[in-house]
Amino acid sequence: MNHLLILPILLPAIIAPLLAMAVRNDIVLARVFSTAATFGLVIIGCLMVWTASDGQIRIYELGAWKAPYGIVLVLDRLSAIMVLLTACLATVVQLYSMAGWDTRGNHFYSLFHVLLMGVNGAFLTGDLFNLFVFFELLLIASYGLMVHGGGPTRFKAGLQYISINLVGSVIFLMGLGTIYSVTGTLNMAHFAERISQVPESDQALMAVGASLLLVVFGLKAALVPLHFWMPATYSNAPPPVAALFSIMSKVGVYAMIRFSDLSLLQQGGPFSALGTQLLVPCAVLSLIAGSIGVLAARSLSQQASFVGLASIGTILISFGLFTPESQAAGLYYMLHSTLAVATLFLLIDLVIVRRPGAGDGFDSQPFPQQGYLSALFFVGALFVIGLPPSSGFLGKLQILHSLRSTSEWPMLWGTILVASFVTLLGFAQAGSLVFWKSSAATKTDPHSPGENNHSESAALESSGKSLPLAMPSVAIGVAWSLLILLMVFPGPVMGYLDATTEQLFDPQRYISAVLEPAGASER
Amino acid sequence: MELLLASAIGVFTAAGVYLVLRPRTFSVVMGLSFLTYAINFFLVSAGRLAVNMPDILAKGKELADYADPVPPALVLTSIVISFGMTAIMVVMGVRGYFENDSDHVNITATEEIIARSRE
Repeated sequence: MNHLLILPILLPAIIAPLLAMAVRNDIVLARVFSTAATFGLVIIGCLMVWTASDGQIRIYELGAWKAPYGIVLVLDRLSAIMVLLTACLATVVQLYSMAGWDTRGNHFYSLFHVLLMGVNGAFLTGDLFNLFVFFELLLIASYGLMVHGGGPTRFKAGLQYISINLVGSVIFLMGLGTIYSVTGTLNMAHFAERISQVPESDQALMAVGASLLLVVFGLKAALVPLHFWMPATYSNAPPPVAALFSIMSKVGVYAMIRFSDLSLLQQGGPFSALGTQLLVPCAVLSLIAGSIGVLAARSLSQQASFVGLASIGTILISFGLFTPESQAAGLYYMLHSTLAVATLFLLIDLVIVRRPGAGDGFDSQPFPQQGYLSALFFVGALFVIGLPPSSGFLGKLQILHSLRSTSEWPMLWGTILVASFVTLLGFAQAGSLVFWKSSAATKTDPHSPGENNHSESAALESSGKSLPLAMPSVAIGVAWSLLILLMVFPGPVMGYLDATTEQLFDPQRYISAVLEPAGASER
Repeated sequence: MELLLASAIGVFTAAGVYLVLRPRTFSVVMGLSFLTYAINFFLVSAGRLAVNMPDILAKGKELADYADPVPPALVLTSIVISFGMTAIMVVMGVRGYFENDSDHVNITATEEIIARSRE
């Protein structure tokens, strides 16, 4: 057994209690440990991608119990790239949080690592109930992170976020129970094998269970019409946490891909119609709702939340068509949009702390270091909207290209292009109100400090002061260099992703790797 | 037995859904507890109802003389998780009540604007 497979779960599992117990009073030590662990995760992620790139599917039997009786971890190309993406995003957020967010409440880093453990576990597990457990793990950590720093509205938004996710968990369990009662298994590979043998009389029950699971994954991914929690949560969460949450919605997307490609919606299978008839329309609606939201938002962070929603729509359009080309393009776009949207949240935080009284609302209030931040925001928006020459443009171009083979392509092209344009308009509006007009306006007296004497803003009361930019710039620089790597080397990345979808479209390989580990060595 | 279990699940779910949709935090917490009760019963039934049956398939016995042990294990896990979740939810609710002086769940537009200016 290859012990590399459990490391991305084990490392955060060791570091999180260490941070919570041993170094809880020493922020410098906590930063050092947490940064080291995050870099460790990046190395593990790279190793995993390198290991998985030979096309072999590796499994790790926990407690040496054979599947389907025990729980297995499965490493294929898709989980490897997702673990690497998580680690990269975690590095960016880690570097950014060191600029000050980590001291606004307790246990930021230990919750951060519990969340990473949950995300990595969800990407690697080969068992449906274990997937549920890892979902709960990452959610529990996210509840703590969501209200990090405190504040009345944040607690209310946090409560809503918890409620909706608990209802989601209940639906998840219902789906699992239904599926278990039909197939008698919770192992994904075993389930994939048995799904074709479901008797006619149980097909309806199976469809109910499968739809319940799709509802839950859609809820996590914030797919329309299950997206209503997302803008309130993301715009009220601390911005670095909102940046980290952009990988959490991708966990929902991942579960959807894994589950549908492996078993449920696989073309030719009994439930393939669910995908194209349900997923694509919902994805199109997400894209439309997201781009209208960008135009209608009243603050920068709301705008960033809606642009996240739109990107989920774009990704799921390409997944819902179930061709290898479109899914590879969708994966490329997912790598891009996760990092781009996360960076946008970090940029917005830089603006918020410099504008006491106005926050990230659309009023033209001058603020210090405006020129530099405007430039950063311009580049960030360029990435998020997907204007050439950014990686978002390449991603969208590939998605558009892969849609050519479908019969609905004129409609889908129109939606994606018009939505991009509307998003562009929304960001142009934000840019001109917050950055351009305010620099033209005369320097008015900023709101008198001390008026909103709130514990969190104590450090920020002296308004109009320049704040250090070195650490945030490093964090954003890391994210952008990753995006530029995606942009400059789309060839190797796409080569990997094409091989990924090829692997995904051959579920038999996954099934035999898990259930007959001896014969897993041949490709 | 089937009727009793099915109607219990149905009543719990209905009560849970109704309470979750109420505007105050306490009802929402209660509603989620009801939903978790419903789901625990539902998971028990996922292994098909079997009364007075052993969890281990004994030698020489039919498959009909056997209760599936996996659903009770799932129920145990889900009880533990839902217990923890309810605790978190109550803590958040209490903290939110003290911060806001109200236990209403929804965020009004004015609260949103106030929150923004406090940042």
